[in-house]
Amino acid sequence: MKSKFMLAALAGTALVATSALAEDVTLTVESWRNDDLTLWQDKIIPAFEAAHPGIKINFTPSAPTEYNAVLNSKLDAGSAGDLITCRPFDASLALYEADHLAALDDMDAMDNFSDVAKSAWQTDDGSASFCVPMASVIHGFIYNKEAFEELGLEIPTTEEEFFAALETIKEDGTYIPMAMGTNDQWEAATMGYNNIGPNYWNGEEGRKALIDGEQKLTDEQWVAPFETLAKWADYLGDGFEAQTYPDSQNLFTLGRAAIYPAGSWEISGFNAQADFEMGAFKAPVKAAGDSCYISDHTDIGIGMNASTEHPEAAKTFLTWVASPEFADIFGNALPGFFPLSNAPVDLEDPLAKEFVSWRDDCDSTIRSTYQILSRGTPNLENETWGASAAAIKGTKTPEALGEELQSGLESWYAPQQ
Amino acid sequence: MQKPRIRWHIAVFLAPAVLIYTSVMIFPLFNTLRLALFQKVDQERVYVGLENFRTLFFDPTWSEQFWNALANNFWFFLIHMLVQNPIGIALAALLSHPRLRFAALYRSAIFIPTILSFVIVGFAWKLILSPIWGIAPSMLDAVGLKSLFAPWLGKEEYALTTLAMVSVWQFVGIPMMLIYAALLSIPEEMLEAGEIDGVTGIAAFWKIKLPLILPSIGIISILTFVANFNAFDLIYAAQGALAGPDFSTDILGTFMYRTFFGFQLQLGDPHMGSAIAGAMFAIILVGVCLYLFGIQSRMRRYQL
Repeated sequence: MKSKFMLAALAGTALVATSALAEDVTLTVESWRNDDLTLWQDKIIPAFEAAHPGIKINFTPSAPTEYNAVLNSKLDAGSAGDLITCRPFDASLALYEADHLAALDDMDAMDNFSDVAKSAWQTDDGSASFCVPMASVIHGFIYNKEAFEELGLEIPTTEEEFFAALETIKEDGTYIPMAMGTNDQWEAATMGYNNIGPNYWNGEEGRKALIDGEQKLTDEQWVAPFETLAKWADYLGDGFEAQTYPDSQNLFTLGRAAIYPAGSWEISGFNAQADFEMGAFKAPVKAAGDSCYISDHTDIGIGMNASTEHPEAAKTFLTWVASPEFADIFGNALPGFFPLSNAPVDLEDPLAKEFVSWRDDCDSTIRSTYQILSRGTPNLENETWGASAAAIKGTKTPEALGEELQSGLESWYAPQQ
Repeated sequence: MQKPRIRWHIAVFLAPAVLIYTSVMIFPLFNTLRLALFQKVDQERVYVGLENFRTLFFDPTWSEQFWNALANNFWFFLIHMLVQNPIGIALAALLSHPRLRFAALYRSAIFIPTILSFVIVGFAWKLILSPIWGIAPSMLDAVGLKSLFAPWLGKEEYALTTLAMVSVWQFVGIPMMLIYAALLSIPEEMLEAGEIDGVTGIAAFWKIKLPLILPSIGIISILTFVANFNAFDLIYAAQGALAGPDFSTDILGTFMYRTFFGFQLQLGDPHMGSAIAGAMFAIILVGVCLYLFGIQSRMRRYQL
């Protein structure tokens, strides 16, 4: 008797649930950005739902390190959410090729983005796009304004001025000229090689030529950044060989170092930690007047699960993500993660503003190793980490490093053979 | 004649251990070995026989990493054998001295690092040795030896040895405890008999105690060998999956992890990863067999 009653009750709730579903479509968003949970719940979702009654959004992030594995198994089992936050390049491309992500080229809103912005979520020939670009990170140098004022330094724009400034700071001795270590290796490649490099290989021009096999990593423009990195060693702190990434962050925010080779993702953390005023300058060019290039690296996108039951609602959401309204909310809530749409966004954070202003003067490019070139073994990105660290430490010559990287790439990448 | 009864209780009591051990150890082990014989081609898993092993041993990009990791692993093991085990034996000999005061305190203090997590040990030593915040440079400075300090964990030539020493620091308690127990089991009468014959002090250790604890030393050596060739955690916690600087601290465990699960832009390759795991298994198996049949069976045992 009792069990029958329970059954009836269950059936009742099921009925109520289905009738609610018929009115509202609920879209589930898969993401690795669990740091952004409150941002989604407090700002993004309410803003979207207010403008689009009838669509509900459910943001369900998982841990960053587990995201790819969790997402893949969910997609294979058919239980993944309707919207999928996209990692850049090969991880998402593999999902598209396995028919898990839908092509989005027919969405008009995709025209709001430049080709560089879209390149992270396209097939190799650029014929199909499968994720809406959400945000990028920009590389440059963050500096301690008080230290610069104290020492009467100007913002360096050329390489000569850059090293002159470092020399002045070193001679004065109050500050460590530059906070970076080689222990974790990736900073040397990401904040070193790919930060200053685009000015040598002319941004997209060089990056594409490398992919097409027209340039080699042994060419002058790819070796020269290693030569410049080798000169950094004199200006990094004592024992930089064992200095880790958090060490460098702390050295700078504690006010012990004057310059920090940075990615814009540091901004919110630094704003909270440092009690001095900070400024930013872009990677210096070789000679005054040279055209400049910045690493404006695509980092997050969002796409649609190809087997979603609500493709229309999902596309409505993606169109909104591509809109200036979303860019405004996202860019201001997460200073340092810059919206990629062509529409100008009013950022409030002064440091973030400085970073994003470089887009007006310089051409954007992405990290040279990310598209296609890190698909094989040995992995060019990982090799570049080791090479950049070795360049700074001076354990190998720039020419030798260029040859090493080139022979590794040649061993599997046909256009370079 | 009575029919022999089936002894059900044996099966019942064995079942839990057999089932659990099979499902979490034996099955995964053989499945990993099986996985090593496949490769993914165009989204499909195809049988390739020993192709993965051929790549691992003969393809220059793979074999270079493999031999580097193996050589580093042997160095790691050698340091443990030359430093950890002799120190462990010496500490045990000191602790078993009947007139040593606070023996229990020393014993606990030396053993405690063993129960700490690798993550804590790796992190703590990274801080101690940090050229920026570490106490190692300031301590050396205090005794006027600052010039001896180097950023050890960041230099190719020192990093692996430094990490091996950290591991020795952490695990020296294990050989100490095992030898200590072996030393305690030596009967007083035997030592007294030696004393009457004029064998005392250091001589008593070399001539009476050491031969009696040799089997324990053998066991410790083989435990060290297995643990070192399976090591991964400390290197990963201290240097990350790339085992920097420039792969100088890369051992088989980190090499396997990086290959199997992928790293940064490098996608994971479970098949090559399994091949490396298979090679590790073979190395350990050969090592253990050499010990069991070559040394253990020839060792002299004394009835106490």
